[in-house]
Amino acid sequence: MNYVNQISVFVENKTGSLAQVTELLAEAGVDLRAFSIADTSEFGILRMIVDRPEIAEEVLKTAKATVVKTPVLAVRLEDKPGAMNHVMKVLAANSISVEYAYAFVSRDREFAYVVLRVDEPGSVAEVLMENGLQVLGNEELEKLQ
Amino acid sequence: MYWNQKCETMSREEMRALQSARLMDCVKRVYENVPVYKKKFDAAGIQPGDIKSIDDITKLPFTDKYELAENYPYGFFAVPMRDIVRIQASSGTTGKQKVLGYTKHDLELWGEVMARTLTAGGATSEDIVHVSYGYGLFTGGLGAHTGAETIGATVVPVSTGNTKRQIQILHDFGCTAICCTPSYALYIAETLAKMGMGPDDISLKYGFFGAEPWTENMRQEIERSLGIRAYDIFGLTEMIGPGVAFECDAHGGLHVNEDHFIPEIIDPDTCEPLPDGTPGELVFSSVTKEGMPLLRYRTRDICTITHEPCACGRTLARMSKPAGRTDDMLIVRGVNVFPSQIEAVLLDIDETSPYYMIYVDRVGVLDTMDIEVELRDGYPFDQVRRLQELSKRIKSAVESSLGIAANIRLVPVGTIQRSEGKAKHVVDRRNLK
Repeated sequence: MNYVNQISVFVENKTGSLAQVTELLAEAGVDLRAFSIADTSEFGILRMIVDRPEIAEEVLKTAKATVVKTPVLAVRLEDKPGAMNHVMKVLAANSISVEYAYAFVSRDREFAYVVLRVDEPGSVAEVLMENGLQVLGNEELEKLQ
Repeated sequence: MYWNQKCETMSREEMRALQSARLMDCVKRVYENVPVYKKKFDAAGIQPGDIKSIDDITKLPFTDKYELAENYPYGFFAVPMRDIVRIQASSGTTGKQKVLGYTKHDLELWGEVMARTLTAGGATSEDIVHVSYGYGLFTGGLGAHTGAETIGATVVPVSTGNTKRQIQILHDFGCTAICCTPSYALYIAETLAKMGMGPDDISLKYGFFGAEPWTENMRQEIERSLGIRAYDIFGLTEMIGPGVAFECDAHGGLHVNEDHFIPEIIDPDTCEPLPDGTPGELVFSSVTKEGMPLLRYRTRDICTITHEPCACGRTLARMSKPAGRTDDMLIVRGVNVFPSQIEAVLLDIDETSPYYMIYVDRVGVLDTMDIEVELRDGYPFDQVRRLQELSKRIKSAVESSLGIAANIRLVPVGTIQRSEGKAKHVVDRRNLK
């Protein structure tokens, strides 16, 4: 499957909410690949790409956090100007709208990855691959250096 | 000043004789015309003939709000619909409104008891009465309206909202009396000051305030900031609306219009009658009502009662301001709110759990209500847009059920404290003591 499992945590918008989550992940030895926060005045949603999403989900659920696992696309790009533009043009040309996006780079800085939340990730992944883009699966994500 | 000196000052013996006759008549009417009452009487082994005086009132079964809900909307009406000329209603305990039907006679009665109320504060046919209680199903607006018309005053039926316009009307129309909630009176005073005006810029002489709890401090503040004398009004939709009891200048409690609404105080647990001066649950029998007379209706309000004559000359029994309730009803901006109404709304919304907490605050002089609602475990909350839509949907469902707005705060699963036994749903931080 060409999608990765993003872990989202629903938190109240107050001091210490984030630390509670990161503390749990640190204790469990979960490696964060990417991290994003969407917030309103009332609540926040932390979205994370981690090396082992199942462990992260289990640890957070055990601690009674409000967690969901969402399939998102992690698209590999060369870390150079114009790479992101290429992805966006493919999406626009196929009338695919993006709910939200954030990015991270690999350790060797050879590649960048853009995380995309779209409706029907399966068919969007196919469209991207048809256009010569590489879309990560969960196993590849885990092996990522 | 009395509106009806005979009824307001009659001796105890005369009052008891009048109450006895009216109670006997009412018992007979409800037994014959209200199947619910016939069933209740039969179950209790009581026949109308067993009630021979006011002393026998304790033999009668109680009526409570749950029975009103079970027989919603018209089950307690004692006359055919062709004789009902008006419907009023207020929030009920399970999301069902408490519905009251008035005959032509009942509307006249409402005018009579509200006329006594306004007259006790000094209002006459010379006055211009500004009514800024809400008009509609809520009894406040139309109740004050009918009383002011009965005394022959000039009524200005402004209803609620747009405070600056209200002040403009008070000023331009030369209104001399005002009827609204006490918190709204304070808000008017505050807005008046913000507009660079004070008591001297308006012609108000007295105000009649009710529909929500208020304190002696609030009275002083209202009197000072509006330059008026302030009187408390007590009422409930199930009886008639405002006008069940009213204040005189002695401020020694509220005079109950007991020739129409017979008061009792009972122990809420044992249901045994309690003597004068002992706090307990207030119970009323609306013996002269035609449309929907209720016998021994449990108000859930806690107060004391005294039958001692008042310094003002009235002999009508006096009740203290209610000091609390035996149920969880809240009064927010003059509107009755039951937590169970909010629960009923949430049960219809799949994305939330049934756990919630209501926070009531007073910001400045106005009440605010915030409701924390827990997301359902497993709800895919990942999109902000959908959460905001959900929050908006809950807000509008709550508003259409309660009739007042509340802020909705979505919170993570497990945030709201679980309680063993009776759940706590309300944190009232208004601190009115």
